[in-house]
Amino acid sequence: MISLPELTFVGILPALLLCAAGVVILVVGWFLRRGVLVVSCAVGIVGIAAALIANNPLRFANDSAFSNMLAVDAYSWFLNIVILIAAGLTILMSVRYLEDEGIAMYEYFVLVLFAAAGMMFMVGGDHILMIYIGLETLSISIYILAGGLPESVKSKEAAMKYLILGGFASGMFLYGAALLFGAAGTLSLTGLAKHFQAGQVGLLAKAGMGLILVGFCFKVSAVPFHMWTPDVYDGAPTPLTAFMSVGVKAAAFAAFVRVFFEALTQFQVDWTQILWALAVLTMILGNVAAVVQENIKRMLAYSSIAHAGYILIGMIAGGKAGISGVLYYLLAYTFTNLGAFGIVALVGRKGEARIMLKDYRGLGNSNPLLAVAMSIFMFSLAGIPPTAGFIGKFTIFSAALAQGYIWLVIIAVLTSIVSVFYYFRVIMKMYMETPETQPAALQLSPATAAALIISTAGVLYIGIFPTTYLGLALESVKPLF
Amino acid sequence: MELVYFYILSFIVVVSAVFVVFLRRPLHNVLFMILTMIGVACLMLQLEAEFIAMVQLIVYAGAVMVLFLFVVMLVNITQADLLSQLSAVRGWAGALVAFAIFGVILTVFKVGGQTAAPQAQAAQHLTNTELVARELFTTYLLPFEVASVLLLAAIIGAVILVRKGR
Amino acid sequence: MAESYFPIMVILLLSAFIGVAIVALSTLLGRNRPSEVKLMPYECGMDPIGDARRRFSVRFFLTGMLFIIFDIEIIFLYPWAIIYDKLMFFGFVEMLIFVAILAVGLAHVWKKGALEWE
Repeated sequence: MISLPELTFVGILPALLLCAAGVVILVVGWFLRRGVLVVSCAVGIVGIAAALIANNPLRFANDSAFSNMLAVDAYSWFLNIVILIAAGLTILMSVRYLEDEGIAMYEYFVLVLFAAAGMMFMVGGDHILMIYIGLETLSISIYILAGGLPESVKSKEAAMKYLILGGFASGMFLYGAALLFGAAGTLSLTGLAKHFQAGQVGLLAKAGMGLILVGFCFKVSAVPFHMWTPDVYDGAPTPLTAFMSVGVKAAAFAAFVRVFFEALTQFQVDWTQILWALAVLTMILGNVAAVVQENIKRMLAYSSIAHAGYILIGMIAGGKAGISGVLYYLLAYTFTNLGAFGIVALVGRKGEARIMLKDYRGLGNSNPLLAVAMSIFMFSLAGIPPTAGFIGKFTIFSAALAQGYIWLVIIAVLTSIVSVFYYFRVIMKMYMETPETQPAALQLSPATAAALIISTAGVLYIGIFPTTYLGLALESVKPLF
Repeated sequence: MELVYFYILSFIVVVSAVFVVFLRRPLHNVLFMILTMIGVACLMLQLEAEFIAMVQLIVYAGAVMVLFLFVVMLVNITQADLLSQLSAVRGWAGALVAFAIFGVILTVFKVGGQTAAPQAQAAQHLTNTELVARELFTTYLLPFEVASVLLLAAIIGAVILVRKGR
Repeated sequence: MAESYFPIMVILLLSAFIGVAIVALSTLLGRNRPSEVKLMPYECGMDPIGDARRRFSVRFFLTGMLFIIFDIEIIFLYPWAIIYDKLMFFGFVEMLIFVAILAVGLAHVWKKGALEWE
């Protein structure tokens, strides 16, 4: 007889609710002609709210479900929240955008929800196969969405590039997984850890580790695997760029950390060295290239590469301090970048015609509130107190210092200073310069306004009162150590 | 005898893979890729992995390659277009990278250290397909169900792509 | 185990041999005297207009994509059918969920008119 697996649904309930909401939207869309975008947005938000509630029990659990495929623990809890925030704010920002662009594509919301569900499976995955399936679910959804602007060749180019390079990265990841399987005879993270702790670490396993590392580095856009990032971020619809830059990054880093700290600790010396080099390259290239950008979407793309470098420092530092720093940083970055891209989407107007830095001239006069919010996001990205970005950088850098990575932190601080230059350029443009013709003030829809208020409040709140959230992050990394 | 079969099959696979890369007409490349897939399927059979062999035949040699053919016919690139876009430097760089990867993989397999046999070998009296089935529908239940969501996303994507193609 | 595939191998080899032999023999033995009329695709009937390699409609591509997706779906049904008698109700439900989710996809394709050829 076959022994049937035990079924516990607590762990997958949040992702299940997202999938269900997606299917509901799909079915509703068949019958509804008008107002379908608003209805799907509402269903999506309800689904996300339900998932947030269903996510709560994970905080106190430390278990695995579905024959060790999925970890049900506080680590997933924290990152699920990050993902749900990202997906929720993206959906809120997207309605107006899609209406303005004249894209009656309600499938957009379905795919965002499926992508978020994929991210959750990736975050919770306790088995490399599970992580891979989650990765593919999110990737396929995002490939399609990146090409979502119907009349834009740039959008098609973005989707194409992302598809090909993403496929390449998945291939690398799979090859690495195959080599690990060859070395250890299992792909479950605990099984791998057990095998390698028994002292059987061969070249085969190391090669597998390297290839998996390459696959993850593609997804978090670390140099030298970042080539796709500027083009894809530039070409994709702006709200989706926001989702990609925070959601995909959070999920990829989460799985990256889980695989490397749970299964491959035996190799920590090896991969810390690799990551050290990658982090330095990523920070330098990201920040320097961002300085010369005139297009704000490309600038934020390079800034997102640079931030991947800072997060890598947290992984290099390791330990509870470093990883909790990574988690806090991801949360802070989610609020900040979503807000920044939300404003980029607003200022861009129809057809994304105004996405150059010079289009921000005089925003301080025409839309003072938006300009203040944008300044806060730029402060946070640059890492200036009292914003969340500062606390994130501070936590990660001090964790690295405690581990003795002095040079790494010096480089990180220097590149942060470079980054201040280009983030402040945006603020300067908004307040110091005046355009030849003052464009009409921007009108906010309630949903967009809500999204921007939530992200501004988030950036300030977790920046000014970080203790609770740092504590939560610290509590959430316990299952890994 | 096993070894002889193996070498014959590998020869077919490698030679047709070389043809895939170097032949001039896209259509021929696709046809040789089908041959490569069939060869790989036969190699799988030799490893007594019948299920994978059949998947290789039905999904790859069948469905995926049909799609490739459609794409070739849809895009309808003549060889002149393709050649004009390839610079020699890139070609050599690609070859170099390919050989470097080949070298690395060869070293890894030569001195890779011991490999561990997967646990599923224990139940030898079962056919391969049944073994796969037992694992797939019990241990790997969750990835299997998530795969259906993945396929649904792909279906939605296919519909979106073509709607815009009009 | 692998011996049972011997007949299939014989068939493969035989068909490869016959295919090659027919082409090779006809080029070696046949006389090759081409003329314009002989080289036309149809010796009698319509005169060809333009190249045979025309662009295909994107519809074929969609059909191909949907074919792959549902092909992958049925691939999962084979192993399921083998152990269905052992999984019983459990197996029934898990496959029901899988197929139901994909049925939503099929309905979506249908509803969106992607199956209509115009």
